[in-house]
Amino acid sequence: MSETVAPVKSTEKARKGLERAVIRFAGDSGDGMQLTGEQFTTESAWAGNDIATLPNFPAEIRAPAGTLFGVSSFQLQFGSQRVYTPGDRLDCLVAMNPAALKVHLRDLKPGGLLVVNTAAFDKRNLDKAGYAQNPLDDPALGERYRLHKVDMTALTLESIKDLALNTKEKDRTKNFFALGLVSWIYTRPLEPTLDWIKKKFAKQTSIAEANTRVLKAGHAFGETAEIFSEHYTVEAADMAPGLYRAMTGNRALAWGLLAAAERSKIPVVYGAYPITPASGVLEELAMHKRFRIRTIQAEDEIAAVTAAIGAAFGGAIGVTGSSGPGIALKGEGIGLAVTAELPLVIFNIQRAGPSTGMPTKTEQADLMQALYGRNSESPVVVLAPATPGDCFYVAYEAVRIATKYMVPVIVLSDGFLANGSEPWMIPDVSTLPPIEIQFRTAAEGFFPYLRDPATLSRPWVRPGTPGLEHRIGGIEKQDVTGNISYDPDNHDHMVKTRAEKVRRVAQEIPPTTINGPATGDLLVVGWGGTYGAIAAAVERAQTDGRSVASIHLRHLNPLPPDLGHILREYRKVLVPEINSGQLVRVLRAEYLVDAVGFNRVRGLPLASEELYEAIIQLIGSKS
Amino acid sequence: MSPSEAGAAEARRYTRKDFESDQDVRWCPGCGDYAILSAVQKFMPDLDIPKENIVFISGIGCSSRFPYYMNTYGFHTIHGRAPAIATGLKLARPDLKIFVVTGDGDGLSIGGNHMLHVLRRNVDLTVLLFNNRIYGLTKGQYSPTSEQGKVTKSTPMGSADRPINPLAFALGCSATFVGRTIDRDMRHMEEMLRRAAHHKGTGFLEILQNCNVYNDMAWSVVYEKESKLQHELRLEHGKPLLFGPPDDRKAVVMEGVTPKVVSAKGVPESALWIHDEANVNAAKILADLWTPEFPVPIGVLTARQAPTYEDVLLEQEQRAISDRGPGDIAKLLVSGDTWKIE
Repeated sequence: MSETVAPVKSTEKARKGLERAVIRFAGDSGDGMQLTGEQFTTESAWAGNDIATLPNFPAEIRAPAGTLFGVSSFQLQFGSQRVYTPGDRLDCLVAMNPAALKVHLRDLKPGGLLVVNTAAFDKRNLDKAGYAQNPLDDPALGERYRLHKVDMTALTLESIKDLALNTKEKDRTKNFFALGLVSWIYTRPLEPTLDWIKKKFAKQTSIAEANTRVLKAGHAFGETAEIFSEHYTVEAADMAPGLYRAMTGNRALAWGLLAAAERSKIPVVYGAYPITPASGVLEELAMHKRFRIRTIQAEDEIAAVTAAIGAAFGGAIGVTGSSGPGIALKGEGIGLAVTAELPLVIFNIQRAGPSTGMPTKTEQADLMQALYGRNSESPVVVLAPATPGDCFYVAYEAVRIATKYMVPVIVLSDGFLANGSEPWMIPDVSTLPPIEIQFRTAAEGFFPYLRDPATLSRPWVRPGTPGLEHRIGGIEKQDVTGNISYDPDNHDHMVKTRAEKVRRVAQEIPPTTINGPATGDLLVVGWGGTYGAIAAAVERAQTDGRSVASIHLRHLNPLPPDLGHILREYRKVLVPEINSGQLVRVLRAEYLVDAVGFNRVRGLPLASEELYEAIIQLIGSKS
Repeated sequence: MSPSEAGAAEARRYTRKDFESDQDVRWCPGCGDYAILSAVQKFMPDLDIPKENIVFISGIGCSSRFPYYMNTYGFHTIHGRAPAIATGLKLARPDLKIFVVTGDGDGLSIGGNHMLHVLRRNVDLTVLLFNNRIYGLTKGQYSPTSEQGKVTKSTPMGSADRPINPLAFALGCSATFVGRTIDRDMRHMEEMLRRAAHHKGTGFLEILQNCNVYNDMAWSVVYEKESKLQHELRLEHGKPLLFGPPDDRKAVVMEGVTPKVVSAKGVPESALWIHDEANVNAAKILADLWTPEFPVPIGVLTARQAPTYEDVLLEQEQRAISDRGPGDIAKLLVSGDTWKIE
């Protein structure tokens, strides 16, 4: 039924301690790999590890079974040390079919653990994956990797043969066999998954029973089958004490808005049109009507942004969310909010482009679009979260800035942050900065474009306020009075005023944290979802004794006031981005520094190993 | 009522002057928009709503300058998007009385999609669509309501597009109130504005409006005295569909599923088509009537009650709060799977 090609050294199950491990579950999009990965993540969180995850799935909802493009995978890294990324190379690959093996084998380290479901390696599936021969029959595979061939399908069916379910229903539980087996290999607690099954299938007792049995069967198989020479433990990580939960970027963005609605005591209107990978924010918000979050699934991207603008005109927090293609359509609307000087928050969950591109793959190539992607002089504030959990704070901060300065704020998340999760220390919401909104009610001396001297923001007036009836619009207006004006000098003044207002947001930015020496050979500057990859690579170089530091920008417009000074403290500046070099251009233009880029645009997070090599090469090239 | 309350009520009794803003009106001399502005300012006091609770939202085009001239809250937005902006505003502020002012290009071309959706959602607001069958602000290109073959600057050999019928469009979008009036008939216009504005749900009013610069007398069929007498069909709820001069009255009747014009003489009362605003199928037939075969219907084609978008959504919000209490972020953050690290 099962056999091993790897030599069995001993039948004694040795437990080996690991600092960290990178695992990927891969199978057909119908094999339940996302669920398997999520459950394994929960188990690892219970075990006290630090974690980073990378779900990766096809854009097709039900891609044809067995095909290469229908492969879905879930990767995670967990460790007893700080884990910054989901990992580059795999310690363990679980391949549920030939297509999954073909797509993912190249990422498995030599000597890595390879677990395959032999039942799926039939002629039909081999053909679909483009294998002329069964790769499992090639002795080279077992020599290169620690290969474990397990007939998961047969073992699954055997363990639940007496249950009154049809074969299809029974077959569908085999992902839990894999989960049970890998949980045993890495000494994960099964409790969270058993609890999950109980809750999820509370009304379908036989399915609950099947999943429970199959999970345990997989676990027992690892324990008793004479094939696994050793298994592993990963000690709990040394993490800051506190209460934690798993957090994905999209959920964190949504919850950040909930927090903002609660603290500001005004409703949020969220306008969105479904688009990958941003739909999750809309769906999450729609579940929380109790927070006075009003969601509109608009007829298109333009209606989504303009509905949010209409809500802002009415004195609510107007928010819209999309991905790059949708943001392109919203451009004119964002320009209206710029000139009407209304608060507006725009989430862009970036994805690989141009055009439709690769909707489920990540990228950070919309920075220039955020900064400049509208007609004329149209400055907005741009923020970017660093990790999934950071999305919570950035969403909240976006609302705070937008309402304080009466300005649109774009938040640049990405597909990796949106779907990836991390253990997130639950904050004490009372420590969040207050969002103080004061609507103008005094008619005396009122003008629509009267400005606050500190922020240059104009008064926010709720329609319904007697005596303050006024008109605003997209036509250029005279400063202070807000009356239509085509005066050349006034236009010049207004262009400069709108820009200066955005520049003044710099007073909200805390001093930049430098990870490493305050001066040295190299400064690595990052933004957005590449935070983890950069931190890991830079830490490694620092461990090697290199004079390298990193900073991470959460504010991209305006840039931190201390940035120019920091950039000059290093001999070289490296800017890693998942684009062709966008921030690096901004830094070169803004500060006249000879910054260079590290650019990979593969629809995947940056690989920290590759970045580490680039760092070493760059420093080495001088000496 | 105490004297002070009476005083407050008195103070709320507006005249049209209260709705005139301090801005100079900048439409071309002779533009039909002047008459519409005047009618709107005149009927506003009848709404009996504090003027700070009234908002005019517009897109782009000649008609969209409208909010600047109203001493209420106003937002002159971007081309075609007024219905979407108004939808967001209504959801944020259901207490406001919102008017969307648009034109045939703004509302049915670049903003056609938003018009479709505001109508089907039945957001409680009033749409005033000024239809002059031409692009005025961009200086004379044909519009989506221009007749086929229209010679304009952009169509020197005549337009190839067939025109859209705003009333049929609105009915196709399940609009709950659809009416038509004419900028040259002040009394009718005021009456229709009143009807549309008092409708709960989206009130869609097409106003046949004259652009004397780029498309003069586009509506001559209902402008010229003799033609108007011959061709205008006034719709009145509960009254038969009769039109034409007193000595030559005609009736619109149904023959099977086909409308037909016959001499009113000799039509038995039971065979007359009695206008019923609740009958949306009848409204769909009326929407398509036009000269020369048929008269031009003026008035309310349909007025029906249906739940509004914001009422449904806000009822859900209230229900969510009454079922489970108001949201509490601190509680939400610790809900579900959490674990403690010492």
